[in-house]
Amino acid sequence: MLRLESVACSYGAKEVVKGVSFTLGVRDVMCLLGANGSGKTTLFRAILRFLPLTRGEVFVDGESIAQWPRRKLARTIAYVPQAHTPPFAFKVRDVVLMARTAHMNSVGAAKRHDYEIVERALESMGITELAETEYTQLSGGERQMVLVARALAQEAKLLVMDEPASGLDFGNQIRMLTEVRRLSERGVSVLITTHSPNHAFLCASRVAVMKAGRLLACGAPESVLTSSCLEEAYGVPLQVIDIGNGNHTCVPAASRLRPQIGWEGSPDLPRRWSDMSI
Amino acid sequence: MKFVLLSLLLVVVTVASVVLGRYHISIAAWRRFLLDPRNGDVATAVLLRVRLPRILGGILIGAGLSASGAAYQGLFRNPMVSPDLLGASAGAGLGASVAILLNCGAAAIQGISFLAGLGAVGLTCFVAGRVRRGNDPVLAMVLSGVMVASICSALVSLTKTVADPEVKLPAITFWLMGSLASIDNTNIVWLLALIPVGILVLMFMRWKLNVLSMGEEEAASLGVDTRRARWIVVLSATVLTTAAVSLSGMIGWVGLVIPHLTRMIIGPNYKGLLPASVILGSAYMLLVDDISRSATAGEIPLGILTHLIGAPFFLYLLVRTKQGWA
Repeated sequence: MLRLESVACSYGAKEVVKGVSFTLGVRDVMCLLGANGSGKTTLFRAILRFLPLTRGEVFVDGESIAQWPRRKLARTIAYVPQAHTPPFAFKVRDVVLMARTAHMNSVGAAKRHDYEIVERALESMGITELAETEYTQLSGGERQMVLVARALAQEAKLLVMDEPASGLDFGNQIRMLTEVRRLSERGVSVLITTHSPNHAFLCASRVAVMKAGRLLACGAPESVLTSSCLEEAYGVPLQVIDIGNGNHTCVPAASRLRPQIGWEGSPDLPRRWSDMSI
Repeated sequence: MKFVLLSLLLVVVTVASVVLGRYHISIAAWRRFLLDPRNGDVATAVLLRVRLPRILGGILIGAGLSASGAAYQGLFRNPMVSPDLLGASAGAGLGASVAILLNCGAAAIQGISFLAGLGAVGLTCFVAGRVRRGNDPVLAMVLSGVMVASICSALVSLTKTVADPEVKLPAITFWLMGSLASIDNTNIVWLLALIPVGILVLMFMRWKLNVLSMGEEEAASLGVDTRRARWIVVLSATVLTTAAVSLSGMIGWVGLVIPHLTRMIIGPNYKGLLPASVILGSAYMLLVDDISRSATAGEIPLGILTHLIGAPFFLYLLVRTKQGWA
């Protein structure tokens, strides 16, 4: 379905993604993991053509998407951004109807068919009663559901979701990830980023782990989500525990936590735990 | 329903504007005019040569400024944006000042002002295209627009300091204040040709404006060619603003307050927002012009009134709106 061939891209002179290749099959849910600054979001932006590639190519069904017009791209790949507050109070139904832009004629007159698809998308996310509400009045979790409904109404084969569980409470995170899993049963492929390996255990059929712009590992969750791989990705001691029934969870390896970890990232923070004078 | 009421408002204001004015037109004169518009009465001459062009001009200018303001607020995702954002009126003001300084006739002042307005926005877009910081073309345009407008207003001040204080300085000053008084049978053609076209193009873009207001990347991911859409919107909004301003002078606040108010009445969907802004903007412009014509013996420049009414009204909206931007 989706194939990346040594994709690289950069912000200015700084190369952030340094040659990433993977394939995503039909009905696959691929979870992209990695520390802050590992290039996950940049890779997403490259796939969606928000950023030009410096090397490599992205293929959908064997066809390079580099020259596709936006309309064609939008009918193939739907993007679920992180929920944000737009400046104007559109009705939820109008927000979801925006998904039909790529299917409308250039004047943008919605037909009955478009409204029916919008209703179905709202229904399948269980948010029909929100249709007339103002989008800006919704909670973060509801907004995220609306954005997923919008992606569904776009009728694309691939859904790209940027941290769909961020900002959601514990229950909504699980609901959202279960929903992601259900999406794949309808025949769409899903590519999501997340900050928690446990989310990958919940919904992914494939996992890719990024570090410093490269793929550290890519494959089935059981083979990729090991303590050694995750420790390498996040730079903290971690432990993957079998909790029975074939389920796993990832927790900090507390006994090894205190002495040896250095903060990566902000130089203003104490470099080591021991530097912190608590 | 809301559209019917708004249209009714426009009709009422238009009728009132035709009836009101410093030259009183008797009922008998009205009857003669309606029976035979070609009779030689003074009243007929006043109506045909002065009042009706001015009213039509007011409608078109109000409509154009409101439509372009509404479009810009969506494109720049900010309800505080006015049609002047990219330097259109500042450029037009500079063009007019220079034309007055050079002893140009009325038609030339208008033409130079129009071209200078287009030129200023062109310069803004050119500079914004060179900005290679970050990935936000909209922000680059806003910043370049502020800069170009600032340069234009500095140059306007320069023309004022070198202008002859007896004749040209007052002419420049009055031009900048804005008025519908100079609209007549010939230059109204200018507005009739440009403003409906600009509004029509924006109406074609109404759905894309909705999508663009969600953000550049989101719009692109939904299938909008954002670069192309941005060009079409900026071009038509600029033609609308410059066509209006080159004839009426600077008229502030209309393009900011009216779309805002309309959004409170109709909602943010451009399908309704754009036509409703056009209607409400026309009615508002006529109303303010009526005040400008009738409130005092002399004429209060329209631009002063739109500021005096617009700014406090906007403050009222700010206080009334409890959360977010309606």
